[in-house]
Amino acid sequence: MEIFLQQLINGVTLGSIYGLIAIGYTMVFGIIGMVNFAHGDIFMLSTFIALILFLALTQILGVSSVALSFVLAMVAAMALTSLWSYMLERLAYRRLRKSFRLAPLISAIGASIFLSNLVYVLQGPRNRPAPSLFDAVIKVTHGGGYDVTLSAKQILIVLVTALLLAAFWVVVQKTPLGRAQRACAQDMRMAALLGIDVDRTISFTFVIGGALAAVAGVLYILYYGVVNSGDGFIPGVKAFTAAVLGGIGSLPGAVVGGLLIGLIETFWAAYISSDYKDVAAFSILAATLVFMPSGLFGRPDVEKV
Amino acid sequence: MIATDSKVLLSLRGVKAFYGNIAALKGVDLDIREGEIAALIGSNGAGKSTLMMTIFGDPRAREGVISFDGRDITSMPTHAIARLGLAQSPEGRRIFPRMTVFENLQIGAAIGDPRYFDASLERVYAIFPRLKERSGQSGGALSGGEQQMLAIARALMNRPRLLMLDEPSLGLAPLVVKQIFEAIADLNRREGLTVFLVEQNAYHALKLADRAYVMVNGLITLSGPGRDLLAMPEIRAAYLEGGR
Ligand SMILES: Nc1ncnc2c1ncn2[C@@H]1O[C@H](COP(=O)(O)OP(=O)(O)O)[C@@H](O)[C@H]1O
Ligand SMILES: [Mg+2]
Repeated sequence: MEIFLQQLINGVTLGSIYGLIAIGYTMVFGIIGMVNFAHGDIFMLSTFIALILFLALTQILGVSSVALSFVLAMVAAMALTSLWSYMLERLAYRRLRKSFRLAPLISAIGASIFLSNLVYVLQGPRNRPAPSLFDAVIKVTHGGGYDVTLSAKQILIVLVTALLLAAFWVVVQKTPLGRAQRACAQDMRMAALLGIDVDRTISFTFVIGGALAAVAGVLYILYYGVVNSGDGFIPGVKAFTAAVLGGIGSLPGAVVGGLLIGLIETFWAAYISSDYKDVAAFSILAATLVFMPSGLFGRPDVEKV
Repeated sequence: MIATDSKVLLSLRGVKAFYGNIAALKGVDLDIREGEIAALIGSNGAGKSTLMMTIFGDPRAREGVISFDGRDITSMPTHAIARLGLAQSPEGRRIFPRMTVFENLQIGAAIGDPRYFDASLERVYAIFPRLKERSGQSGGALSGGEQQMLAIARALMNRPRLLMLDEPSLGLAPLVVKQIFEAIADLNRREGLTVFLVEQNAYHALKLADRAYVMVNGLITLSGPGRDLLAMPEIRAAYLEGGR
């Protein structure tokens, strides 16, 4: 029971991060019908941006408040990562949108390789450690010689995720840009007939996806304490799996899918094998695609791939 | 109102459009004057919907000139054309199915001045009270007639100068058709709204139209006042008695 509870806490934490990344996959797919393979690398890039900014703030600029540095680094990482995500669409995808279907996918794979190599070249191959923050740990309960703990980090991760998802939900549901985004995802040509600038709306989608991926990046490095240039791939695939499992194109699906993948991964590692925990995500991806291609919240009528 | 001397609002000269290498419009000339109801009739596959979409640059005219209010719009982006004051209720209505009626209308007003939103909403609810009753329902749950009303209402939300309607009567019960045509006539009469109407339901369209065009195979073959066309035996044979 105690182990179960602990894994639940860990799984929700991890799942929050996957959910934030998954939204970028699902929104982009929802509007232009492509899988943005470089989104995982955008996420990885954001962890480096946040790390460098945080170190610059605390060690060079001498900001003494850790919380302030953390918030500033996160906001700045969101802005800069959004910019990268925006540029990615402008440079690598936009011109290919009217080309044959595989063209933007191939370009996305190229962009993914480019981004991870760029970070590799600039930052080197080694794991980059991050300063350890918010280390307080709360003991929730104890049983069978086992402490169930909840760390400040975990609380922070879940809170920040919940807060950003709520803000994101309001933007998508209640603002003109969010409305335009949904309209374009449903019928792009009709949206254009009504005067909506489709290109701008697609850019907005990439910006939002990039910003949420950056939040995930900050939380990821906070949680794990290290990152390297190859770290876009595995979390990227897991978040993509989350999006597919939730039903690609569905925003609530991305969040629920993220949580499920996080939970499955931690439980798998605890009860089955931690060596093969990544296999779980890949197996779910394959099984979902074969047996339930429209996912949990997906509509069977989406035919966009 | 016959307005032969009023200003030309929309004009097409030698417009050609293609799907791949197949010509769908083969050199269309057409004028729509301010304040009139213009109708375009023609059998299925003649190119009517293509013409409506080509005016909005989707597909883009490969040859010829399209101008609106004296301005060349031939190569403008679709959304920029809409912002000049053209609005369309397209073939198939294309309601956003996973948005409510109200949200569909909000999207219709996306480029309008937000100060006029409430007034625009009142106006379309007054024309189609049914939409007000259904405002919280999702677009996909509406009946065909309601969807058509919504498509027209959505097009009106930006307060366009030219309202383009592609087969608003398609698949609707006669009573609903009558209601929709009355609404169109009313908008034209009371507000002087210019209307460009595409119909296979030629009888209603010709009766309503100040000027009508007949399209065959990507070309305008005949034009004149709606009632004159209605009286022509060849039109009756092709588009009324024999047709649908
Ligand atoms: N998206 C498309 N791709 C290829 N051909 C098309 C497309 N849309 C229409 N066509 C063809 O163009 C011609 C004109 O079609 P359309 O403009 O829809 O006619 P109408 O509206 O008068 O029924 C038809 O031959 C039709 O098959
Ligand atoms: Mg048609």
